[in-house]
Amino acid sequence: MGQQSKTHQDSRTDPYAVTKALSHMAVYLVAIVAILSSVVPVIYVWIGGFRSGVDINSNPGGLPNPWIIDNYSRVLSSERFWGSLSSSVIIGASTTLGVVVLGLMAAFVIARYSFKGRQALYALFTAGLMFPLTVASLPLNILVRNIGLHGTHLGVILPQIAFALPVTVIILVPFLRAIPDELEEAAAIDGTTRIGFFWRILLPLSMPGLVTVGVLAFIGSWNAYLLPLLVMAAGGMPQDSWTLPLGATQFATQYSQDTGSVLAYTAISMVPALVFFLIAEKQIVGGLAGAVKG
Amino acid sequence: MSTSTQAGPALVAGPASSKSKRKDSNLRKWAEIIIFVGPALVVFVTFVIVPVIQAAYYSLYRWNGVASLNNISCSSPERVRGTSCFNGLDNYIQAFTDPDFIQAIGNNFFILIASILIQGPLAILVALLLNRKMRGRGFIRAAIFVPYVLAEAIAALSWSLLLSPRGAINSWITAIGLPAPSDGALGDPSIALWVMFGILTWKYLGFAVLIMLAGLQSVPEELHEAAAIDGAGWWKTQWHITLPLLGPTIRIWVFLSMIGSLQLFDMVWVTTSGGPLNSTNTMAVYMLKNGQTAPGYGSAIAVILFAISLTVALVYQRFAMRRDLEGAITRGVR
Repeated sequence: MGQQSKTHQDSRTDPYAVTKALSHMAVYLVAIVAILSSVVPVIYVWIGGFRSGVDINSNPGGLPNPWIIDNYSRVLSSERFWGSLSSSVIIGASTTLGVVVLGLMAAFVIARYSFKGRQALYALFTAGLMFPLTVASLPLNILVRNIGLHGTHLGVILPQIAFALPVTVIILVPFLRAIPDELEEAAAIDGTTRIGFFWRILLPLSMPGLVTVGVLAFIGSWNAYLLPLLVMAAGGMPQDSWTLPLGATQFATQYSQDTGSVLAYTAISMVPALVFFLIAEKQIVGGLAGAVKG
Repeated sequence: MSTSTQAGPALVAGPASSKSKRKDSNLRKWAEIIIFVGPALVVFVTFVIVPVIQAAYYSLYRWNGVASLNNISCSSPERVRGTSCFNGLDNYIQAFTDPDFIQAIGNNFFILIASILIQGPLAILVALLLNRKMRGRGFIRAAIFVPYVLAEAIAALSWSLLLSPRGAINSWITAIGLPAPSDGALGDPSIALWVMFGILTWKYLGFAVLIMLAGLQSVPEELHEAAAIDGAGWWKTQWHITLPLLGPTIRIWVFLSMIGSLQLFDMVWVTTSGGPLNSTNTMAVYMLKNGQTAPGYGSAIAVILFAISLTVALVYQRFAMRRDLEGAITRGVR
């Protein structure tokens, strides 16, 4: 209505006025429904963590009565949670570093060297996209066991790097190609070697691409379940060093009678990912959208 | 050597360079290539290519995964009981004659089709409605993206707590006077797969909306204005102008969604392990349940899973994504 008076139009000259008002309402209705259905389950888990077992059993769908922080303080003071968290951080950071370094080096050669077999090399890496980890998981597990990496961090990190390389190379090669040859020639005239060019010019210029592939690799590693299940759980690693998703599901199985603690453990396990998302929302959203667009 | 090191390859090609210099720089180039690609290639071949080939190879054996592989045929009288043996395509025959596995394939395709028919239109609708300047847009986008950010296993854990027989959702259903499923919504074989699909929609709708919104950014505003001048209403504009232009984004989302549906594992493993009565079983869950003690049989399942995914991907690309993908794979290399 305010808009109409501002533009000095009555509803007869603006045929969309009614439709506009309706669509505004529809938009906010959809937005509210979408927000609630996305967030309510998560919030319920967080609130549930503030309840005692007796409270939950007597009224599973209600609010805490009374609110207690025992569950959270117990989880936060357990070695198990911090062990899982640091394990997830170590594996996520190592995977990201490995993918970025190895992927950049390989993409650099594919993008900026001309040599026999370059096409074949590129095709080999892109072919990796066709093989999801699920398909290779059983032989991979046997391989990891045979080379003595069962039950170690490295046994998760190395396969994760390998399976993240195809998408990394596919994103980085066009990125590195797009840097003009003139820049390389100018650098060469100034006496810079190709390696020097790589360090001083290519690396800074390809930062946005590196952030994208790094964020994708980190999220993939942070959320991974199947590989840690095979390498860590079946590999006999102590539960204190399992990654968060694996540790949380194990905690839930082990303490299934103590629903409050399980809710608290689950709730706290969500926090790192949500904090990371809040910090890096732009990179994550941009990275995913960019990766999807190819 | 030292001069060529300083000069760099771009100058060596000049007329002044001698033959030996060129040879030096060629050696140097190959050394650089090997040093730079080597590590990535070794890791990639060892942990991706080799296991994939091994999966195909192991799938021909009956094997417990620990003892060494024997090439004696399983039907041969010389075979010692309890050792590994070569049984050709028997693992595949066993898989396709197991009703549990057939049901798992069916469940994967149920999720695949339901995702495309229900999640897709829902995501497009939400994206279209949110694709405008409005208060709190950033907040809305972040909120609907929350489920996607959570690890699938953690999300699964949350839902199995909410949906447990004595969980919150059952008590809410009872509170509004409806009969609650006594084993929890995921414990009732007649509805479990739909409930699973609901959880997956909750988890992945935000991602679909996000990439649809990204796709909508590339639809020029002028087209909407032109359509409005021509007297087209909002729905008409979306239907005739926005949707066709959103085509490439929708087709890529469908592709990702199909592959994800066929590989579905974490969510099912943590919530139901495929139960009750196999009603939520998937190929990957079946593979892990049967494959840890019998990697030969599990590998056969993996090969079938791969073959189905590849066929779906190729058929889809052939018929739906041909235009979008033209040159996409080879674009990077001149």
